[in-house]
Amino acid sequence: MIREFAIVWANSGQLLNGLLNTAGLAVLGMILSVLLGSLLAVLLMARSRPVSLSAQAFVDLFRCVPFLLLAYLVYFGLPSLGLNFDNWTSGLVAIVFYNTAYMAEILRGVWRGLPRDGIEAATAFGFQGWRLFLRIILPQVFLIAAPMMGNQMIQIIKDTAFLSIIAVPELTHVASGIQSQYYVPFAAFLAAVLLYWMICSLVEAGVFAVERLARERR
Amino acid sequence: MPDTSMPPAVAPPVLEIRGLTKSFGTNIVLDGVSMQVGKGQTVCLLGPSGSGKSTLLRCVNWLEPPDQGRILLSGKLMGFRDGGVVPMNGMELARARSRIGMVFQHFNLWPHLTVLQNLIEAPIHVQGRQRDEVIGEAEVLLDRVGLADKKNAFPAHLSGGQKQRVGIARALAMRPELLLFDEPTSALDPELVGEVVAVMKILAEEGSTMLVVTHEMGFAREAADEVVLLDLGRVVEIARPTEFFTKPKTERARQFLQRYVHA
Ligand SMILES: Nc1ncnc2c1ncn2[C@@H]1O[C@H](COP(=O)(O)OP(=O)(O)O)[C@@H](O)[C@H]1O
Ligand SMILES: [Mg+2]
Repeated sequence: MIREFAIVWANSGQLLNGLLNTAGLAVLGMILSVLLGSLLAVLLMARSRPVSLSAQAFVDLFRCVPFLLLAYLVYFGLPSLGLNFDNWTSGLVAIVFYNTAYMAEILRGVWRGLPRDGIEAATAFGFQGWRLFLRIILPQVFLIAAPMMGNQMIQIIKDTAFLSIIAVPELTHVASGIQSQYYVPFAAFLAAVLLYWMICSLVEAGVFAVERLARERR
Repeated sequence: MPDTSMPPAVAPPVLEIRGLTKSFGTNIVLDGVSMQVGKGQTVCLLGPSGSGKSTLLRCVNWLEPPDQGRILLSGKLMGFRDGGVVPMNGMELARARSRIGMVFQHFNLWPHLTVLQNLIEAPIHVQGRQRDEVIGEAEVLLDRVGLADKKNAFPAHLSGGQKQRVGIARALAMRPELLLFDEPTSALDPELVGEVVAVMKILAEEGSTMLVVTHEMGFAREAADEVVLLDLGRVVEIARPTEFFTKPKTERARQFLQRYVHA
C-alpha cells in the first residue's frame, strides 16, 4: 500500500498537471457559460415570441443531450463540418454549450422572480436596454442565483472527467494513466478523488462568500 | 419704473397635462385630465383609491404611455419627438425620464446597492455626470434627509421611514425639474410618517416643483399651493387648499372630505 502511494507521489507532477487542466477547463467553461448564459437569458426573456421560443428550443435541446454524447459530437462529429478542434478545445466547447443552456435556465428563473419594484424605479430614472440589464437586473440576479451557479460549477468540474474519453489530459485521465501504467488503481484514483474534493471545497467557499454578500442585502 | 402695462413673459409651467386619457381594456382610468404644476409649486393630487392617481403619475413619465392627450415638461412635449407625431425611441424616452424624479409608495430602492450607491447610480450611469461631483452632492443630500451615517448601509437594514427618505434623496440626486410622489407615506407605520412628511415640507418650502399623490391631508393643507381632486379618472375640483378644505365647490369634494378628513 505504501508503495502504491509512493508511486503516485513520484508522479505527482502529472497529477498536478491534470488538476490544472481540470481547473482550467472548469473555470474557463464557467466564465464562458455565465457570459453566454446571461445573453441567452436575455433571449429567453425577450418579448418577441419567435426569439424566446428559439432560445427555449436551444435550451431544451442541450438539456436533453447526455454530456458524453455532446463531447463525442464535438470531437468526432464537427470535423465533418470542417471544424477541427484539438482535444482540449473540443472539451471546452462541449462544456460551454452544455452549461450555457443550464446557466440561462437558472438565470431566467431568478430574473422572472425578481421584484418588479426596482426595475420600475430604474426605468423611471432613465435606465433602459443593456444598461438596465447590466446595472440593475443582472447584479440582483447573480446575488440570488449564486448558490445554484455554484452547484452548476461543481457539476462542470465533475463533467470534465467525461472528457477523459476524448483524451483530454484532465485529472481523471491522468489518474487512469498512472494506474494502468503501474497498476496502482486504489492510490491513483483516491488521489484524484481527494483533488476533486479540494477544488469543490474551494468553489463552496466562493459560494459561501457570495451568499454572505447576498445576505447583507436582504 | 418697469412697464406694467405689458404682461411679463410667462415661463411655461414645469408640467402641463392636456386632455389625458388612458384605458386598460374597457376600463377608462383617465378621462380627459388637464392640469398643471408651475415652477416651484407643490400640487397635491387627491382622490379615492382607484380614481387613477397612480396611472396619472405613470403617464407623466411615460411608464404608461397615454392613449390621448399631451404631457409638456417645461413646454417640451413628452413621449414624442419635436413635431409631436413620431414617438420617442427607448433612448430618447430614457433621457426625458431622467428629468423627472419619482418617489414610490414602496420605496423601490435597489437592494444590491448601498444607500450612497442608490443615490449616485442614475446620475452617473444615466446622466453621465462626473462621479466625484455626484458623490459630493449625494452626501449633502443624505445629510439633509438625516441619513449621513447610513450611506454605506444596504436598504434592507433601514426602517420604512429611512428607506423613503433615501427614496426622496435618490430622486433629488437627479437634479429633477419635477418631483413625482406616489403615496410616499402610505406604506409606512404611522409613527414613521412624520419624518418623511417633514422632509417633503422642507422641499416644498424651498421651492421644489412637486406633484404629490397623498392621503396625508395635513400635508396638503399646509404645504400645497394647489389641490387637485380626481374621481373616476376626471378632475373634479382644482382649488387652493384653504378653499378646498373649508368651502369645497362640488358635492363630490364634500363627500371626499367627509370620508378622508372628518372620518
Ligand atoms: N397596468 C394596469 N392594467 C390594468 N388595469 C390597471 C393597471 N394599472 C391600473 N389599473 C386600473 O386602473 C384603475 C386606477 O388605478 P390607479 O391609477 O392605481 O388608481 P389610484 O392610484 O388612484 O388608486 C384601477 O381600476 C386599476 O385596477
Ligand atoms: Mg395608487
